[in-house]
Amino acid sequence: MLLKMEHLSKVYPGKKEVLSDFNLDVNKGEFICLIGTSGSGKTTVMRMINRMLNQTEGSILINDEDISKMDPVKLRRKIGYVIQNVGLMPHMTIRENITLVPKLLKWSEDKRNERAKEMLKLVEMPEEMLDRYPSELSGGQQQRIGVVRALAADQDIILMDEPFGALDPITRDSLQTLVKDLQVRLNKTFIFVTHDMDEALRLATRIVIMSHGKQVQTDSPDNILRHPANEFVKELIGKDRLIQARPSITTVGQIMLKDPVAITPGKSLIQAIQLMHDRRVDSLLVTDDAGILKGRIDVESVDYSFNTATSVGDIMDTDVFTVDSDSLIRDTVGRILKRGFKNIPVVDDNHKLVGIVTRAALVDIVYDALYGEAHAEQNHPSTGTSDSKKVGDDE
Amino acid sequence: MKNLNLLDQLIYYFSHNGLYVLNQFNRTFLIAIYGVIFAAVIGIPIGIWTAKYRKLSPIVIGIANVIQTVPSLAMLSIIMLGLGLGVNTVIMTVFLYALLPIIKNTYTGMVNVDPDVLDSGKGMGMTTFQLLYLVELPLSLSVIMAGIRNALVLGIGITAIGSFVGAGGLGDIIIRGSNATNGGAIILAGALPTALMAIISDAVLAFFEKKFDPSKKKATK
Repeated sequence: MLLKMEHLSKVYPGKKEVLSDFNLDVNKGEFICLIGTSGSGKTTVMRMINRMLNQTEGSILINDEDISKMDPVKLRRKIGYVIQNVGLMPHMTIRENITLVPKLLKWSEDKRNERAKEMLKLVEMPEEMLDRYPSELSGGQQQRIGVVRALAADQDIILMDEPFGALDPITRDSLQTLVKDLQVRLNKTFIFVTHDMDEALRLATRIVIMSHGKQVQTDSPDNILRHPANEFVKELIGKDRLIQARPSITTVGQIMLKDPVAITPGKSLIQAIQLMHDRRVDSLLVTDDAGILKGRIDVESVDYSFNTATSVGDIMDTDVFTVDSDSLIRDTVGRILKRGFKNIPVVDDNHKLVGIVTRAALVDIVYDALYGEAHAEQNHPSTGTSDSKKVGDDE
Repeated sequence: MKNLNLLDQLIYYFSHNGLYVLNQFNRTFLIAIYGVIFAAVIGIPIGIWTAKYRKLSPIVIGIANVIQTVPSLAMLSIIMLGLGLGVNTVIMTVFLYALLPIIKNTYTGMVNVDPDVLDSGKGMGMTTFQLLYLVELPLSLSVIMAGIRNALVLGIGITAIGSFVGAGGLGDIIIRGSNATNGGAIILAGALPTALMAIISDAVLAFFEKKFDPSKKKATK
């Protein structure tokens, strides 16, 4: 465990508690996003990690060492720190800015120069930038320098406080890509404070949702989208995002029909055709007595071999394409559509038949993803044409 | 002498007493500089200190303001009671007058350092002292410089008056001129170099002030 936060709370004298009982364990290489409305305590948590704030109660351990017993100055030199308004030193060149912490750590000048060049390469900026001053750079370039400044001394943990909040969407996008790439490539641990849900969903490996000093939910982005803990989380994520996220996080198990028409191999073809007739289907799945999927038969094969075979087991097609009930729709929908099956049996881990996905169910998913609940409110007649066009584009 | 016009008289005075004028020029300059340097040595730390403990700033700046409101001639006389006639009295007076602009500007400069820069500096692991000499002082240097510039110009003015308490300097020449009949040229001979000194030091310090301004930093190529 790289970073362990236990029962953290913060009370300012005379004010209410700004943070109560915060717990979080962070592994190396994780990207934690703290998200919440203003006053939720997310920045407070972050600033406690490098002791810019001291907790009223609770403890923070880095590599099992209690940081309250460490020298705060030494601690901070080991933790990268990026703030919203960049905070580059305006009187220092880019080179000096990047190598500020190495300089505090008394690295030799050669080593510092080397590192400055290396860091600039990391963010794909030309080397001649090194001797410029921050005021000569654009906002996005400045924050790039801000990011690598936090990495220059090989810090393992990087704290970021809404670092891209002040940037335009395009610059923000490229910086998000950069940070995510750096995190994966360098295996650094990021603690990232934001109020932008898109940003959190995109970057985080785990999201901590906070409100009024309390942890509301701590989970992976997928799980948060799939199971929002309460109304507040739903609100924060936003209805649109929840609906849009549905195809990507819905499992096959959630959309399948749960009572597939099945028959055992020992039954006769007469029985099979009767079952088809009763249930108004043109094919049957074949399972053994324990419900394990064995194959399938359809009405054509029954008709073709009606005189030569007697039992279902003789004519069933054992080469059946199945999907797992835990797999995500987004991973399977393409396969299902491409193969042109009318329906796909769904099995669990033991290959036991649990349901069936029909093309009609997929239509529901695509339909929901495109208009969802908003459709009920859209009574404008002209939307009909554009909507149908959208469906066409998607397929 | 009487036949010459004012300008000729002035040139005549300079050509005959050039060295004397230069000596007095140096003397005036040094008195003003000493006073300002002492004020800077005392005032800058006080300014930094008040910036750290902002609650104190009204008191400290209030005291410096009161000093400033005492007319300079009165101040000279009061200090003369303690230190007697001579250079020290004038240096002391310049010192007292220079305190206000220096303290005030140091305070302003320190307070106006971008809090984000301070936050990131501290967050990256600077000690309080490193934060002061690597960040706060370089960033407030130009404002402090403006204070010193004000103080020096003020100090040169006070030094000229300081001749009344026997400190010498260009003020001596002015007083002599005002005592003489038709002494216009002599007054000018003292006043022009004084004014020149004030203007030049103002310009020189303004140059440094600009040079230290962090917002105007550009890569020199």
